[in-house]
Amino acid sequence: MEKTLDIKAETLIYKPKDYKSENSVRWCPGCGDHAVLNSIHRAMAELNLVPEDTVMVSGIGCSSRLTYYMDTYGLHSIHGRALPIATGMKVANPKLNIWVATGDGDSLAIGGNHFIHAIRRNVDLTIVLFNNKIYGLTKGQFSPTSERGFVAKSAPYGTVEDPFRPAELCFGARGKFFGRAIDVDLKNLTNTLVAASKHKGAAVVEVLQNCVIFNEGIHSKLTDKTWRKENTILLTQGEKMIFGENNDKGIVIDGWDLKSVTIGEDGYTLDDVLVHDATCEDNVLQLKLALMGLEGDKLPVAMGVIRDVEAPTYEQEHEKQIEAVQAKTPKRSFEEFLMSSSTIWEVK
Amino acid sequence: MDKKTVVKDLTQVTIRLSGDSGDGMQLSGNLFSTLSAVFGNEIATFPDYPAEIRAPQGTLHGVSGFQVRIGSKNIHTSGDLTDVLIAMNPAAFKVNAHHLKKDSIVIFDTDSFMKRDLEKANFVTNNPFEELGMNSLQLIPVPITTMTKESLKDMDMDNKSVLRSKNMFALGLVCWLFNRPVKIADKLLEQKFMKNQKLVEANIKVLNDGYNYGNNIHLKVSTYRIEAVEHGKGFYTDINGNLATAYGLLAAAEKANVNLLLGSYPITPATDILHELAKRKDFGVKALQMEDEIAGICAALGASYVGNLGVTTTSGPGLALKGEALGLAVMTELPLVVIDVQRGGPSTGLPTKSEQSDLNQALYGRNGESPVAVLAALSPTDCFDSAFWACKIALEHMTPVVLLTDAYIANGSSAWKIPKKEEYPEIKPNYVQNYTGESKWTPYLRNEDTKARYWATPGMANFTHRVGGLEKDSKTGAISSDGENHQLMVETRQAKIDKIANYIPDLEVIGDKDAETLIVGWGGTFGHLLEAYRGIREKGHKVAFTQFKFIAPLPKNTAEVLKKYPRIIVAEQNLGQFANYLNSQIEGLNIHKFNRITGQPFLVWRLIEEFLNIIEEEA
Repeated sequence: MEKTLDIKAETLIYKPKDYKSENSVRWCPGCGDHAVLNSIHRAMAELNLVPEDTVMVSGIGCSSRLTYYMDTYGLHSIHGRALPIATGMKVANPKLNIWVATGDGDSLAIGGNHFIHAIRRNVDLTIVLFNNKIYGLTKGQFSPTSERGFVAKSAPYGTVEDPFRPAELCFGARGKFFGRAIDVDLKNLTNTLVAASKHKGAAVVEVLQNCVIFNEGIHSKLTDKTWRKENTILLTQGEKMIFGENNDKGIVIDGWDLKSVTIGEDGYTLDDVLVHDATCEDNVLQLKLALMGLEGDKLPVAMGVIRDVEAPTYEQEHEKQIEAVQAKTPKRSFEEFLMSSSTIWEVK
Repeated sequence: MDKKTVVKDLTQVTIRLSGDSGDGMQLSGNLFSTLSAVFGNEIATFPDYPAEIRAPQGTLHGVSGFQVRIGSKNIHTSGDLTDVLIAMNPAAFKVNAHHLKKDSIVIFDTDSFMKRDLEKANFVTNNPFEELGMNSLQLIPVPITTMTKESLKDMDMDNKSVLRSKNMFALGLVCWLFNRPVKIADKLLEQKFMKNQKLVEANIKVLNDGYNYGNNIHLKVSTYRIEAVEHGKGFYTDINGNLATAYGLLAAAEKANVNLLLGSYPITPATDILHELAKRKDFGVKALQMEDEIAGICAALGASYVGNLGVTTTSGPGLALKGEALGLAVMTELPLVVIDVQRGGPSTGLPTKSEQSDLNQALYGRNGESPVAVLAALSPTDCFDSAFWACKIALEHMTPVVLLTDAYIANGSSAWKIPKKEEYPEIKPNYVQNYTGESKWTPYLRNEDTKARYWATPGMANFTHRVGGLEKDSKTGAISSDGENHQLMVETRQAKIDKIANYIPDLEVIGDKDAETLIVGWGGTFGHLLEAYRGIREKGHKVAFTQFKFIAPLPKNTAEVLKKYPRIIVAEQNLGQFANYLNSQIEGLNIHKFNRITGQPFLVWRLIEEFLNIIEEEA
C-alpha cells in the first residue's frame, strides 16, 4: 500500500473540521482539554496533514480520550505506553505523522521510563503533554507534577515529595525540542504545536491545562489575563526576551543566573536583554529559561518554542542502516539466503 | 589411523565437553556438532551452562557443559548418559559424574587435576575417580594445558590467549576419537575468527596438534565410527531452535509480503532471536531493542497497527510484564506474535535451564476474558514451522499468538533440511480490501467464517478509524459500555480463537491401534517422549503417542482421538498444566500426570521405567 503523500498534500486543502470525528466530546464543560483539541485540529490544518497519513496515539487518562475525537487513524492504548507504541508505528512506517496525547500521570508516572527513552532515541513524534498536575479520571489524586505539600485525596496532609518539572526530564533525556503553552492561549498553543510537528525528532509540548473539577485554577497565576503578561514570557526565535504589560521588562544574565529587569532602570538597556536562540546546541541557557518561574523565583514562566535543535532521528537512522546493508547485499529471497550459508551440505 | 587402534562402529554416541564457563566449551561443542552434521550424522545438542558469565575458576558452580549426541538415525534427543566426557578440571568431572556410564571414556586435563584444583572442587583425596566410586571408567589423562602451550610457543601470543586455546586441543582429540576430518573444522574456524587471522592460525594449529596427539600416542581406547545418515535428498544445515524461530518469522514475512518489526528486550534464553533479527537488515527487518519488556511488545503492537508483522520475543518473566499490552492486542484484534522461550520459574528461577511452566501464563495470564492462540514448538527445527504458523494465524485471524518454545530446544541444534518457499503454506492477511459487506466498513465488522476483523492500516484513505483498550460497539466501532454488546464481543473474541481449529492440521497419533495407553506430550519434549515410546514398544508393550503443537485452540479431532484410549499419560515439565487444560476442554479422560521439573531435559530411560510402572500397575 504505497502512499501518495506528496500529491495529496498539493491537491487538497484540509480545514480544522476535517480532523474532527463524529464522536461527541465527553470532557467536563470548562475542561482545558477542549481548547487543546481545537488547537490540535487547527495546527493540523495549518500543516495540511493528510488525515489518513496521521495517527493519534494516547495512553490512559482524561487527555488520552482525545484519540476518539480525531478523524485520523488512532490508537487509544494502555496506561503509560503510548510512546513505545508510537515508536513502533513511526519506525514501521516513517511516512506517517504520529502524534501522542498524554497526561502528566500517563507519561511521567507509569510511563516515565518510556518518556525519557523516546526522547533519548529522538523518534520523530509530536508529543502533547497535558499537565494539569492532578489525576482527573481517577478523581483527584496528586500527580508527579503536583507541588510538594499539595493536598489531594491520596495526600490529605499534603504530599511529601518533589514534583518532576517536565522540561528538566526532557532536557535530561537529551531532548531536542521543548515547547510550552497555556491551554487558553489558542494562538501560542497552535503555533507551538505546528513548530513541534515540523521539527524532525521527538518534540515535547507541555500544555499547562486546567482541570475544572479537581484542580481548578492551578495555573491561574499564568492564565488570568490580569497578570498573564507579567508572569509569562513568550520566547520567539531571534528576538529579545521582552515581556510585561508594557513590554518594558526583559531577561538578562546575572552571573550564572537569569534575572528579570525593567529596561531603563538600574542601568539596564535593551542591549542587555538576551536574544532567544532555540537552535543553540548547548542546552544550558534553554534549560534555565524553561525552569523560570516554576518554583517562586519571581521570573516569568517561558512559553513558546524553548528548544528546537536538529539531530538524527531514530526511524531515519534505521532506514539508513537498512539502505546501506541492502546496497551492499544483493537482493535475494529467503531461500537464496539460506542456500548461501557457509555450513550447508547436500544429500544426493 | 594407527593400526593398533580398534575402531568401533556405533549407531549413536553421546559426548559431553565440560570445563569452566570461560573455557570455550560451547564453541568446541558447537564446532564438533556442526562438523558431525556436515559429515552426515544426525545430531542433537544440549548446551548446559550456568547463569553466571564467569564464575570463579575451577569451582562447581562455574561448570559449563555442551552435550552432543550424534548418530546414524533416529536422533531426537541429546542423550541421557554420556559415552565420552572431556573434563577440563575436577569440578567438570564431579558435576558430570552422574551423567556417566560405568565404562565411559573420560579425557581429562592432567595439568588442571592438581591438588589445588581438586580442593576447589571439594575433593578430599588425590584420586577423584575412586573418591566418587567410579573405578571402571576408561581414563585418558592428557596434559592439555602443557601441550597447548607447547603448540603455540612460537606464535608470540600472551599467556591468556594461549590458555584460551585449550578447547581446540580438546576438540582435536575428540575429532580423532570419532574419526572426524579436521579439515572441516579448519574451515569453520576460519569463518568464526575471520577478523583475526592470527587467532585462526593459532586455533587451527592447536586443533591439529590435538588430533595428531591422539593419533600418535596410540591412546588405549576404542575410537568410534558413526555411519553417515541417509537423509532425504536436498540441502541441509544445522540449526538451533532460536535461529530456526528467527528464520520462521523471516519466511512468514516474505510469504505474507509484510515487513517484520521486532520489539524486544534482552532476556535469557530468548535473546539470540533478537541477535539474529538485528542482523537481518538485508531483508528490511527492523529489530528494536527497547527500554523494557513492555516497550518491546508495545512497539510491536504499534507496528502491527500500521501494517507490519509485529513480533516480540521474551522468556517467562518478560511475558508477565507484557500481559497488559497483550490484552490490548486481544482487544484491538491486531496480528501480533509473542515468543516465550520458557525457562525455569517462578520469578527469576533457573534462567538458563528449561521448563514448560509458562503454559498457564500463556493461556490465562491476563485480566478479563482474554483468549489468544497458543502454539508450542516441538524441536529445534520445528521452531521454524511453529514460528511460521504463529505468523500465519496472527495475520489471517487478526489475533495475538503466543508461541512457546523452551531453553532446551532454543539452544539445542539438529540438522535441518532447507525448505523450498513453495513448500510453506500460503499466508493471506485479512486486509480490509477483502471486506465485501454492503454497509459502510467499521473496525469491528468481521469475516463470517473466521470471525476475524479486517486490517485497515494508516495511509489508506476512507478507512480512518480509532481502536483501543475500551470495549467497542460490534457494529459502529464506537466506545460502548452496553451490557449486551459486551457479552457479544466477549463471546465473539473467543469464537474467533475457536474457529482457528478449522484451519490447522489434525492431531496425529502414532503407535498401536489397539493400545490401551496413549502417551501425550506438548512442545519441546517431543524427542524424549518419542524415544521413550519407541523404547516401550521395543519391550513388547502396546502403546501410542502424540505430541501437541497447537494448544489453543486444540486440533479439531482432539476429543475424538483422546477418547479412544482408556489410559492417557500426560508427561510435562511442570506440575500438570497441560493435563489440567485437557481436562478443562474434554470431559471423561483418564489422565495420569507425569511431571518432572528439574530444569533438565527428561531422561529417556527413566521415562520408559516410569511409564511402564503406570502401565503395569493398572494392567
